[in-house]
Amino acid sequence: MPALPARLSRVSESTLLRHLVLALAGMVVIVLVLESTSAFRNGQLTAMAYLGIAAGGLTVLTGLNGQLSLGHGAFMAIGAYTTALFLQDTEPALPVVGVLVVATLVTLLVGAVVGVAAARLHGPYLAGATLALAVAVPGIAVYFTDTLGGEQGLNVLLPEIPDWFADAVFFLTANDMTTTRYVAYIGWIALVLTFVLLANLSRSRVGRTWRAVRDDEVAAEIAGINLARARVLAFVVSTACAGLAGGVMALAVRITAPSGFMLTLSLTLLTAVVLGGLGSLLGALIGAALLTFLPQVATGFGADLGLSDVQSAELAPLAYGLVMMLVILLAPAGIVGSVRGWWARRGTSA
Amino acid sequence: MSEQAVTATQQDTTSAFAMTGVDVAFGGIKALTGVSLDVAPRQVLGVIGPNGAGKTTLFNVACGFVQPDAGTLHWQGRELTGLRPHQLAGLGIGRTLQGLGLFDRMSVLENVMVGADRHARSGFLSALLALPRSGTEERALRERALAVLSELGIADHAARLPTSLPYPVRKRVALARALVSEPDLLLLDEPASGLSNDEMDELGALIRGLAGRMSVMLVEHHMDLVMSVCDDIVVLDFGRVIARGGPEEVRRDPAVLAAYLGDEVGHHEDAPADGPADGPAATAGHPGHNDPVGG
Repeated sequence: MPALPARLSRVSESTLLRHLVLALAGMVVIVLVLESTSAFRNGQLTAMAYLGIAAGGLTVLTGLNGQLSLGHGAFMAIGAYTTALFLQDTEPALPVVGVLVVATLVTLLVGAVVGVAAARLHGPYLAGATLALAVAVPGIAVYFTDTLGGEQGLNVLLPEIPDWFADAVFFLTANDMTTTRYVAYIGWIALVLTFVLLANLSRSRVGRTWRAVRDDEVAAEIAGINLARARVLAFVVSTACAGLAGGVMALAVRITAPSGFMLTLSLTLLTAVVLGGLGSLLGALIGAALLTFLPQVATGFGADLGLSDVQSAELAPLAYGLVMMLVILLAPAGIVGSVRGWWARRGTSA
Repeated sequence: MSEQAVTATQQDTTSAFAMTGVDVAFGGIKALTGVSLDVAPRQVLGVIGPNGAGKTTLFNVACGFVQPDAGTLHWQGRELTGLRPHQLAGLGIGRTLQGLGLFDRMSVLENVMVGADRHARSGFLSALLALPRSGTEERALRERALAVLSELGIADHAARLPTSLPYPVRKRVALARALVSEPDLLLLDEPASGLSNDEMDELGALIRGLAGRMSVMLVEHHMDLVMSVCDDIVVLDFGRVIARGGPEEVRRDPAVLAAYLGDEVGHHEDAPADGPADGPAATAGHPGHNDPVGG
């Protein structure tokens, strides 16, 4: 079949087609993994999914556009609280997908307001402003205790799993659907959709514009790029991701409380992005996986070594710190960035 | 991008770009005082003057980085006031920077494609969903960028990062990025700095070639180049226009000679970045007296 290479090259040329093929392959892997693992693992995988969605948005903002946000946890909180407010009843006004869309849109609107202000700030000033947001937003829930539940937070009532969804999965896998697994599916479908859209953007003229602004704003402006518009757009896109991530998090955790959205969440996201490699979606996913599974692997390792529970629990932050230091020392471009660099060097020297 | 409704070339107007009575002051220092000049369509206008005479400020006014305190700008019969650089780029005023200003983490091809952005029409939604429209346009931009790279003889470097290339090549990449937008007025800020004599001859021929397509304004220290490529030359000193005319006229102008006089003694060690091309060949002497005007 001589036409095959030609057809393949056409596939690799079409951005959408290539991303859809990758997405489909990803979905197959996701179904296999979710169906073959325990409820506990399913829960962890959901956490990886929502961290991955938020980190994906952040890596676009920080890696492609050069804006540093320390406040994306606050945008996750907005998405999570919006979701929780819609899911206070067993008979919610909207289906879950609708609730997540609304959560994304609400966060997007707040992100647009913050983004317009952020477009005027640079480097450490933007980091400072978003840091303030990360600190202030959880406090809002305490202030409006009646609607937002104060320190106790809001319980999230999951609506029943739609029959068609349970049936479809049963048809494919012959497994009955559990609530945990259902939420894991929601999280991972949301992640795949988000990543396809983000990959489309970063391969497009829009992504090129963002990178140009990151590299040299004077030159970008001379080339006809509206700096403020490019910055606000990148900010809004990444906050929309954070909002969706917050929505999935609310579904997974079943409770939305200020303690879940402290500054550490924002820093965790940034860590995931730096570990994986700035600007890389795959890197954001790897970073999210590390942050989700590393603590448990470290604790399990400690238990195997015969350490006490307390001692093995303390291995987690140690392992986390060590990995962070190793990556920064040995692979400052992050995991994906360094592998790519190595690959490129190998290619030129061969 | 409604401003792009303005037609590309209006040959019958006598000037494509005009500045009238432009004043710019930074704090108490007057960088430009009552500067008027105009560039005819497809003309190459040189702007020369001693260091700090206000040449770069003049360029910054022309491309929107500096708003004049007084005076007006006209472009193709339309007044330009308070427009930002990206809006002027959209109207067809292109520019190169004195420093290269390349996007260091993007390939040469991508650098040039950014320059072509003003010709792109597809919006955010078609990029988000990777609609066919967006793909078609990307291919068109890539073709356009590759064509300009070939024209400048650097298409082989399309996939490289700018930082891995020698300076003269990077200089061409910067020029390609400005050319790919197909400006009607191109502002070249010291295009010859760092080039060898041969490269400068090529650049001269290139600029003459461009004049068939667009108006060019050129700030340059190398007098040979200025004298050989410019139709008209404006001489600035202390932020004022002290002479204007053809190369021969300017060369003999007593005011110009006076402005440059005395520099002859000290011109040998000025601006080492300008490379070996300077020296005895520089007809009017190398500009270099230290005036207080920030340029």
